[in-house]
Amino acid sequence: MAHASDRYYVPHGSPWPIVGSVALLLLMFGIASTLNGAAIGKISMLAGAAVLLFMLFGWFGIVIKESVDGFYNQQVDRSFRMGMAWFIASEVMFFAAFFGALFYARQLSLPWLGGEGNNFFTNFLLWSGFENEWPSNGPAEIGGDFKAMGPWGLPAMNTAILLTSGVTITIAHHALRAGNRGMLTLFLGLTWVLGFLFVGLQGYEYAHAYHDIADGGLSLRLDSGIYGSTFFMLTGFHGLHVTLGATMLIVIWFRVLKGHFTPDSHFAFEGVAWYWHFVDVVWLGLFIFVYWL
Amino acid sequence: MSHTAEAHHDDHHDAPTGIKRWLFATNHKDIGTMYLVFSLVLFFIGGAMAMVIRAELFQPGLQFVDPGFFNQMTTMHALMMIFGAVMPAFVGLANWMVPLMVGAPDMALPRMNNWSFWILPVAFSLLLSTLFMPGGSPAGGWTMYPPLVMQTGDAFPFLIFSVHLMGMSSIMGAINIVVTIMNMRAPGMSLLKMPLFVWTWLITAYLLILAMPVLAGAVTMLLTDEYFGTSFFNAGGGGDPLMFQHVFWFFGHPEVYIMILPAFGIVSQIIPTFARKPLFGYDSMVYATASIAFLSFIVWAHHMFTVGMPLAGQLFFMFSTMLIAVPTGVKVFNWMTTMWKGSMTFETPMLFAFGFLFLFTIGGFSGLMLGITPADFQYHDTYFVVAHFHYVLVPGAVFAIMAGVYFWLPKWTGHMYNEKLGKLHFWLSAIFVNVTFFPQHFVGLAGMPRRIPDYATQFADFNMISSIGAFVFGASQLLFVYIVWSCVRGGEKATQQVWEGAEGLEWTVPSPAPHHTFEVAPEVK
Repeated sequence: MAHASDRYYVPHGSPWPIVGSVALLLLMFGIASTLNGAAIGKISMLAGAAVLLFMLFGWFGIVIKESVDGFYNQQVDRSFRMGMAWFIASEVMFFAAFFGALFYARQLSLPWLGGEGNNFFTNFLLWSGFENEWPSNGPAEIGGDFKAMGPWGLPAMNTAILLTSGVTITIAHHALRAGNRGMLTLFLGLTWVLGFLFVGLQGYEYAHAYHDIADGGLSLRLDSGIYGSTFFMLTGFHGLHVTLGATMLIVIWFRVLKGHFTPDSHFAFEGVAWYWHFVDVVWLGLFIFVYWL
Repeated sequence: MSHTAEAHHDDHHDAPTGIKRWLFATNHKDIGTMYLVFSLVLFFIGGAMAMVIRAELFQPGLQFVDPGFFNQMTTMHALMMIFGAVMPAFVGLANWMVPLMVGAPDMALPRMNNWSFWILPVAFSLLLSTLFMPGGSPAGGWTMYPPLVMQTGDAFPFLIFSVHLMGMSSIMGAINIVVTIMNMRAPGMSLLKMPLFVWTWLITAYLLILAMPVLAGAVTMLLTDEYFGTSFFNAGGGGDPLMFQHVFWFFGHPEVYIMILPAFGIVSQIIPTFARKPLFGYDSMVYATASIAFLSFIVWAHHMFTVGMPLAGQLFFMFSTMLIAVPTGVKVFNWMTTMWKGSMTFETPMLFAFGFLFLFTIGGFSGLMLGITPADFQYHDTYFVVAHFHYVLVPGAVFAIMAGVYFWLPKWTGHMYNEKLGKLHFWLSAIFVNVTFFPQHFVGLAGMPRRIPDYATQFADFNMISSIGAFVFGASQLLFVYIVWSCVRGGEKATQQVWEGAEGLEWTVPSPAPHHTFEVAPEVK
């Protein structure tokens, strides 16, 4: 019989997945019912969110405990790494759908509405006088007058913040591998502070966008045609991912304070760092294609 | 430290019992069984919906259901069969067989494995509950094209969220399979020694990971267009309803291969076993599978030739579609060559694999016809399309699943199934699947549109034949349930190898396979 630590660790039964399923049932039923205007929806939604949080604490708690107790060998570690990498790949494809929508609108649907190619009559009969331009809220000018979000100023600052946080987490990683706890704690802490700073500034930018032009804002809202749709859906989903990433950074920061990671075994740190670089790269795409070009 | 780990291991070693065994399951065999049973239940729910459709189409005119409910049935039948029956069945087979085939003690991420299964009942409860809602179930087709789908009643957000959940389940399942295959193989099991079922599932899992999130994005845009005022699919706001079709089919075409590549894998296991010859052209099978997977991402617009795309786009998508015939042809010829001069016997799994080979190829050929842009203008949205994809999905994917079940059932249960009844099941299925779907080619070519509860009287005879075929086909599947049930309950003891020509690690463990296998990795020469 092989030694326990040489064998692959297979847990024998776990209540957490089914708790997670109950959470998802309550949550999804709740959101759907709320959208349908049913009063029960909100209660179900809150209950679902609560059970989901309970599940996350319980599930990650047991995994962390097993990890600290030394049940996981190199092979288990590799499984976690691969799992995380492919999870991030699926996230990339989720964003790709929204980037695809942005490119499609800019390269195809708006030019066609403006009469390009064999679409002269589309333009002439349906949207006479509409010319293709970007930013645009379409020939029906859905959402009314708005101003576009420029790249320089806040978004450029946010870019600098996220790129810096990419550097700080790398420094923290090097410190972890060198066994330098002080540097690790400092730079990992700096990373999540920068992350939440980004989220805060993004919130400020949203507030500015939502204010009327008359009040010094942009009148730019989620319903400002295709520009507002792509702008808020892309930056919004990115913002959610940054929030999630920064939360994960805090979690591993507390785990660092508890001394959970060793120079050769720290999957959670690396997984979060990969995720953080992923939101970083998505942001660069956003900065270029949503704000700048 | 390792001592406590040892203790922790050993006191849990026996199989857990009762409801906890299933709710808290982390064992790949238990989870595989749950997937398979779930998929069988959904197969019958989706099948019942198909029976409603065929009953209504038995004669021209409106007989049993109102057109709105008919549309709900076509939409829900598709969603049930694709996401509820075929995909979970393949995941169930992968759960059972992939660890056995690569010599792994379990799936790589056993808790997540449990979650990916237990999300499915949630997703389908939400979706099936829409049958009882004001406005009924979604009725705009499983493809959920806007603006039609926006007219769905209270069911709309339930449809969207159930699709999200199915996607989550598939992605987690796929990640688990990739990691298991890449990280858990026994020493010596190099990539090009893996059984083809493992290979096809590996490639399918990549397709799932890359395609499902795109569907999630597409339905999220539907949701925000409906409730939050976005303009993705609204031309007035600068969007385009057609854009949905592009995003959807960017997922949808890989999805087609998600439902057929594992079937290729199963058939590639079965044919060599019963021809008692190694698979002809193993390497080319692997490369062909990978080529099909790659091509599946650049052919999506052949589902939408009639929407008015630029000519260059139509040509590109026509030629890339034609290209898929090459690797698929490689596969079909390899299977035929494997059988050439083999010493063949025709037990039930082989019969189903054989049926697959013939009938899937018919579906492949009608697919080629549909891939020709100008010809597609004639066929689009007719029963010819319905005939085509049912040929690839029913005697294609479903026959392969059944072949796999008969093939591996003795390994799972430790008993042989009733061979006579199995053969009867095959012949009833094979004959009546053709009675059902072959006439649909004719009515389609003659212009009968799909998704319509009534039709012109000249289509009456073929529709009646098709309905009779469907009723008998549906009823014969009850025989399948009986065969599986009685095989679980008892029967002739199965040997370890089960089939005379069977080769591979999965046939070196006892039948039934014990709760835990390969806790010490086997050595593969």
